[in-house]
Amino acid sequence: MRKIWDIHGGIHPPENKAQSLDHSIEFAGIPAQLILPVSQHIGAAASPIVQIGDTVLKGQCIAEAVGPVSVPIHAPSSGTITAIEDRPIAHPSGLDDLCIVIDTDGRDTWHQPPSSRDFTQLDKATLVELIHNHGIAGMGGAGFPTSIKLNVGEPNNIKTLILNGTECEPYITSDHVLMREYSRKLAQGIAILAKLVQPEEILLGVEDNKIDVVAGLQNALKQHDFSALTGKATSAEVITFPTKYPSGGEKQLIEILTGKQVPTGSLPASLGIVCQNLGTAVAISDAVIDDRPLISRITTVTGQAVTKPRNFEVLLGTPVEYLLARSGYNASINNRLVMGGPMMGFTLLDITMPVVKTTNCILAPTEAELPTPPPAQACIRCGLCAEACPASLLPQQLFWFAQGKELEKLEQHNIADCIECGACSYVCPSNIPLVQYYRASKAEIRQRDADMQQAEHAKLRFDARQERLDRLEAEKIAARQARQAKAAANKAAQAGQDPKAATVAAALARVGAKKSALEPTHKAPASDPAPDATLATDVDDPVQRAIARRATQQQADTANPAAALQRAVESAEARLKKARLRLTNAEAEQDNNVDAFKLAVDKCQSKLNQARAALDAHHAAKNL
Amino acid sequence: MPLVQITSPHAHTSQSTSSVMLLVALATLPGVAALTIGFGWGTITNIVLSIIFALALEAGAVSLRKQPIGFYLRDNSALVTAILLGIALPPYASWWIILTGMFFAIIIAKHLYGGLGYNPFNPAMVGYVVLLISFPIEMTRWAAPLELVSELDTSGVSKPTLIESFGIALRLIELPAIDGFTMATPLDLLRQNDALMISDLKQTYPQFGAQGGLVWEWANLGFLIGGLFLLYRKIYTWHGPVSMLVTLSLLAAIFYDGGSSNSGGSPMLHLFSGATMLGAWFILTDPVSSAVSNKGRIIFGAGIGALIFIIRQWGNYPDSVAFAVLLMNFAAPLIDHYTQPKTYGHS
Repeated sequence: MRKIWDIHGGIHPPENKAQSLDHSIEFAGIPAQLILPVSQHIGAAASPIVQIGDTVLKGQCIAEAVGPVSVPIHAPSSGTITAIEDRPIAHPSGLDDLCIVIDTDGRDTWHQPPSSRDFTQLDKATLVELIHNHGIAGMGGAGFPTSIKLNVGEPNNIKTLILNGTECEPYITSDHVLMREYSRKLAQGIAILAKLVQPEEILLGVEDNKIDVVAGLQNALKQHDFSALTGKATSAEVITFPTKYPSGGEKQLIEILTGKQVPTGSLPASLGIVCQNLGTAVAISDAVIDDRPLISRITTVTGQAVTKPRNFEVLLGTPVEYLLARSGYNASINNRLVMGGPMMGFTLLDITMPVVKTTNCILAPTEAELPTPPPAQACIRCGLCAEACPASLLPQQLFWFAQGKELEKLEQHNIADCIECGACSYVCPSNIPLVQYYRASKAEIRQRDADMQQAEHAKLRFDARQERLDRLEAEKIAARQARQAKAAANKAAQAGQDPKAATVAAALARVGAKKSALEPTHKAPASDPAPDATLATDVDDPVQRAIARRATQQQADTANPAAALQRAVESAEARLKKARLRLTNAEAEQDNNVDAFKLAVDKCQSKLNQARAALDAHHAAKNL
Repeated sequence: MPLVQITSPHAHTSQSTSSVMLLVALATLPGVAALTIGFGWGTITNIVLSIIFALALEAGAVSLRKQPIGFYLRDNSALVTAILLGIALPPYASWWIILTGMFFAIIIAKHLYGGLGYNPFNPAMVGYVVLLISFPIEMTRWAAPLELVSELDTSGVSKPTLIESFGIALRLIELPAIDGFTMATPLDLLRQNDALMISDLKQTYPQFGAQGGLVWEWANLGFLIGGLFLLYRKIYTWHGPVSMLVTLSLLAAIFYDGGSSNSGGSPMLHLFSGATMLGAWFILTDPVSSAVSNKGRIIFGAGIGALIFIIRQWGNYPDSVAFAVLLMNFAAPLIDHYTQPKTYGHS
């Protein structure tokens, strides 16, 4: 028997898993409309490559990956693109994001019918490419592009491949039924993963409340010769450990199975460990062996507000509404709708939101089941939270500092290591929403860091600009002095043809030029003696050029007033932009004249508004 | 039903601060029963008057702070403070003693610091110590065990009924003759008689009982049972109480020389006399004013155990739980600073 370790803290909330385990996985069907957010993963959003009105087939790529940290999106069924627009998406923020909407035709025609491929013949690069091109992102929680996680390089130092079959959140059973019914595919996926990362051992960690799947998994794993795939003496084991939330957190599972802690700020790979979600492994099997992109997943629909809790094989983009309707949803007794589990899931306000790659559960509880939290009472420092914290933090101290917005204290107490599992809030007898405080504080810390970085950047830019202006000014003055000297010399030569006098004048001028170039720049222009006559005759003179330009412009303006107004708007815009830049710089420098700069911005804004109004008035008059 | 937007987690234990406090209050019952059986209704009058004053003062303070009164009264914290102070006071304490004590506990020690959760000192102990220092005669006049009262056969209300007891507490009825009705406690005797062997004391003074003193040993056993119940219900961890009791017993064992004039009494006497068990399971377990981490609570408890022994042995007061707890309350933030647990992933 392999040794397992315990993690600090943890809680034992009621599991509530039995309700959704009675039925086998059921295909949810093809809804009339599929809504596919272009950002279902961490990293850059995919970019749509279809137009409204296009007909797409099942499995066809409809949005391609942008940059290295991104994955493409495929059409889960055949149909017509009817919209590419912002829609409410399943995200804790509740914000809208770009979605591709497909009105399905019900025929479910494949773009490229699934084939069968022998993965043992493929090299690693091809495998990684297949995984990337089939749109696979981690299906456990964060949705990190799987191909990046698996691109471990050659030779790699990966010793342990961990498959996370913990599913420690109450209510959710999607991984449980996956292990129960898809064990063959899962083993295939594990074999592909083994070929990719070449581990010395493969550990499939399962909480002991799912003991019924162990025998089946062991049989399925026996079908593969992992040593042949990795070229090492690789063992594959199913390991059960006591049920406790949050054992399924990646860091927690690693500690349970290996006794090691992932150092703060680094990835499991630094310990020679790669951790994968089970759904992801099955998706990899589908992608590599069957050439089927990630277009569906298993989602649990449960809670007392549905009469038929069960697990569905759901096409991505299926509206939650559609799944609820198939589960006997009673909206009148449902108080909140949770995507994910009761510990880390987020509430949905709109039941038209779609299922995405990371949606493992839709929980529709009644008020009695998950009551609305009562108002928070005072923290009595009972310490239950510190005992429950799997990261060994001191939640009540963090709460204290979060209330006082003491960001540095929060950092000293390692708020960054909080995994937001919710164990502290769960046990808090005073009902304090601790995790909410930590989320807000983390956001404040991020904002502060960003602001500091921006200020630093602005300061550098300002310094560079100041230096450049000083240099230009000095060059300009030097050039002008040289011109004057030349003019004086010419004059002298014309007047008396006295070569001596000319030489003296030129020398004097040179000295003058040098002097003024060394002087502080902003003083120079005013004290500069500039004989008008010289300027007037100098064709290279910028002032003359400006006067000439103005004259031509005035002529043109009388001919075409609209263009003039347009130009007025443009120049006002340019001035406003400049004024804003100056203001930013001044703010970054904490200049005393910030108010003056603000005034300037306001003035420019009002001038711009006037110019725009004038232009509009002109257009209106014209249209009349 | 309209859908609500709430951040995770959505599940929550059924345990609330109010129910925790109520459980603590209930857990004092065995000890209170032992005190009542042993010393008469005086403990009950203390507790009842304490509760009345505490709730009134709490309501007044909360309303002055413009907070919802019902919401704060329902957290039951004032109730627990009242019960603990009521137990700690000598039975049949006068109403004005109780009111003064409760005023310092609720108003000064708690609400002036910001209310529940913000008080650095245990409110009940602050109230107790203020009374002990201000009214030493009243505070050291402890009732005699009832079984000894009957032996003395004093006239008048030597064994007051419940109604009579309230009369005494409100000073509508005069306290019965001092000599028979009140009596030095075993710890008092130990403090005052340095020149006698403990065995001699036991022969002279019947109130010494078997281990920690008549009634006292039963009361301490009662509080021990209540504490173990709270431990079983996971209201707190073993670290603080066990650390305190172990430290106290160890020190008592080291300094016990079999019962000479300088000896401080056996470990059993220290464990089962005075406020030892009440302090261990009900006072130092007050989470607000104690250290936070388990390691911190071991240090906190050990400090209290050591201070109790030191003051009992060499100090001026016969018992010292309240002083020991308050002194360690001072130290709690420092202990917290040096006992931060190692966060996951930090070496």
